[in-house]
Amino acid sequence: MRAYALRRLALAVPVLFGVTVVVFLVIALVPGDPALAILGSYATPESVARLNAELGLDRPLPARYLAWVGNALTGDLGRSYALDRPVLDEVLERLGPTLILAAAALGLSVLFGLAAGVASAVRQNGWVDRTVGLALLLGVSTPSFFLGLLLILWLSVGLGWFPTGGMGALFGGGGIVDLLRHLVLPAVTLAVVATAILGRLTRAAMLDVLRQDFVRTARAKGVEEDRVISVHALKNALVAVVPVIGLQAGYVLGGAVYVETVFQWPGVGRMLVEAIGRRDILLVQGGVLAVAALYVAINVVTDLAQAALDPRIEA
Amino acid sequence: MGRAATGFTICVFGLVLGVVALVVTGPGHSATPRDTLVVGQMAEPKSLDPATVTAANDFRILANLFEGLARFRPGSLEPAPALAESWEISDGGRAYTFHLRPNVRFHDGTAFDAEAVKFNLARLLDPKHPSADAGPFPLAFFLAPVTAVEVVDPLTVRLRLDQPYAPLLAHLAYPIGYMVSPTAAKAAGKAFGRAPVGTGPFRFKRWESGRQVALVRNESYWGDKPSLSRIAFRPIPDANARASEMLAGGLDLMVEVPPDQLASFRDPARFALHEAPAPHLWFLILNAAEGPLRDVRVRRAVNLAINKRTIVENVLSNAATVPAGPISPAFGAAHDPTLEPYPYDPERARALIREAGAEGATLTLLAAEGGSGMLEPLAMATAIQADLARVGLKAVIETFEWNAYLARVNGGLKGAGMAEMAWATNDPDTLPYLALRAEAAADKGGFNAGGFSDPELDRLIDAAREETDGQARAGLYRRIDRLVHDAAPWAFVASAKQSAVTARGVEGLTLEPSSLLELKGVRKR
Repeated sequence: MRAYALRRLALAVPVLFGVTVVVFLVIALVPGDPALAILGSYATPESVARLNAELGLDRPLPARYLAWVGNALTGDLGRSYALDRPVLDEVLERLGPTLILAAAALGLSVLFGLAAGVASAVRQNGWVDRTVGLALLLGVSTPSFFLGLLLILWLSVGLGWFPTGGMGALFGGGGIVDLLRHLVLPAVTLAVVATAILGRLTRAAMLDVLRQDFVRTARAKGVEEDRVISVHALKNALVAVVPVIGLQAGYVLGGAVYVETVFQWPGVGRMLVEAIGRRDILLVQGGVLAVAALYVAINVVTDLAQAALDPRIEA
Repeated sequence: MGRAATGFTICVFGLVLGVVALVVTGPGHSATPRDTLVVGQMAEPKSLDPATVTAANDFRILANLFEGLARFRPGSLEPAPALAESWEISDGGRAYTFHLRPNVRFHDGTAFDAEAVKFNLARLLDPKHPSADAGPFPLAFFLAPVTAVEVVDPLTVRLRLDQPYAPLLAHLAYPIGYMVSPTAAKAAGKAFGRAPVGTGPFRFKRWESGRQVALVRNESYWGDKPSLSRIAFRPIPDANARASEMLAGGLDLMVEVPPDQLASFRDPARFALHEAPAPHLWFLILNAAEGPLRDVRVRRAVNLAINKRTIVENVLSNAATVPAGPISPAFGAAHDPTLEPYPYDPERARALIREAGAEGATLTLLAAEGGSGMLEPLAMATAIQADLARVGLKAVIETFEWNAYLARVNGGLKGAGMAEMAWATNDPDTLPYLALRAEAAADKGGFNAGGFSDPELDRLIDAAREETDGQARAGLYRRIDRLVHDAAPWAFVASAKQSAVTARGVEGLTLEPSSLLELKGVRKR
């Protein structure tokens, strides 16, 4: 198991390296540059060229990339042009809120997705299955940004149950309860699609397992039905579901970009949206690297979990 | 019921109970503290160093932290005393002697004196100054004619200029002229933008990325102390989210209200809607250097063909007015009040186009997808395209993201016939000087992207720049206003009003023509 874990971790290094190359190239290809964003309407070709030289952006792309990698290896992700502060400081400050939001959303979707899938599978074609099936279909097809605005209008502006956005009271004294109040709507918004996908997948996987011989054998031996479902069937179905949970973690991190924008959640996603608009290359680079690292880490954990559930995988 | 199902039910029950508890124990509609003003802004500021920023969004915060030697007289764009109590202009407009206000201290206790003024100007204008590495300072060129700063005595400072330069006072009243604490700027270097120290009525408290910039009252302010003890500027880039937050009561003041949401706030029991003119101009740069628009008749025809009134009413929900020329009425006497906007007259436009032999011409119209001051650039481009089609001109729209757009347009129109542009300025000199002189052509590094050239206009602009007598100077700008209107290097389409919404109980807010949001006179009931 340990060798497998190390092998998976080692594979993460080239992946992260590849991510940085792609991000660097993509941003370099987009028209407009940081000098323009800094100078705004007062940018002239001359002043842009001068500022680009000051920022070191007139050097060839490979040279800039290598310089960045060299610094990154020592833990220096550069300085944000737009915010005038070290990229690492900004990314770390923004990572916490994103982790809280993503963890809450993923937790909700795993809890409700698995439950919905199991309930549907156990009563296949019954009314529970049909109702849950319809709800999951709706969930898969609702765009999060639309759902988010709807929830804000209804539950925040209309009923005043939850704050419309932000991560906590502005003036301190909020504590954990205040954080949770601010967390409910964005977490639910972000969780809906992932819940629906997990629900549909769990149902399919459960149906598949429930039809297999060992389940029939278990029932024939007189194992009580509850145990058949939760131990024999679910544990085996999870082998198919767990990698998708890993994928959904990626989806949740990606979805955080617009959910954070709609709910003013001060996370990495919103930071990236603003940084791209400002052509803040190093901040985008740092932010994407952080998200990618997180995603890779989740994948490693997922793989390990899967290996634990199904010892054949490790081989 | 099975064990698993029971476990799940308990989980869900617990969650639901938790959420209900959150709702029940929560404060209901969010309310802001009584002594605190919460302001909803469009974006996170880039920096709070007044010398490094160019956006009105950032200026709104700075106007409460900092002051310049001069400020704009309330309700106008006329320079009035601030950190300088008075000044004399001598040497034919080449020397400005400022008498500084005594007993003024920066928030960190540093004395505000002639040495501080000298430090500030040197930081901006001398690239080798030890504190110049906090730059780039994109607007420092506004003060570039200053060649020397002489400390006459601790409370008297003299600025020497290499040429008479009448816009100086207006720029000293603008954020580029705001005085920063030399002690703090030296110590912080590049980090000053995140730990600003000025002399203003509010002090910087903290900046939480993506959440708020918090200011607190400056208890040792030299003037009338503000009634508010705190201000929080919250960045809410999404317009819908910002409006929701205002409706839910989480904001006391919201600026730049999207035109299509004005209606939501027309509820006097809960909100007050503020509107004021601003020196903003939205125009089409017309390519006066090549193609059919070289002919002034075709340029006038474009002005006549565009139904400005309809654009302002339907696309901009009346959040703008129709301008007549390049000098905004917000500049007071510099604007020619007898000048009327081009009427909507497709008949005359068609006739002029026929006369010029430009019927059926195809013109590329460069349009931005968004951007500072650009209002609704795509919808406006489409409306203009339809208007031009009615008089026999075919406009082909090319759209760009804002950053890419600036790069394309500021390099010169080159092949394109028209380009959208918007400016908001603080002195009548700025726009004509930067964007209409022959010397300001794009290939010479200026903003005259259409390549318009008129020696008479250049002469007037230079004369107005050197004229230090206010009335004579205003007279020159009135002539510029009319000349540019007639020569039509641009199509004058819209001039946006400033807008803001305040929650009930917020009093004393006035929107200034400068768009600087001074909050020291604001109270909450």
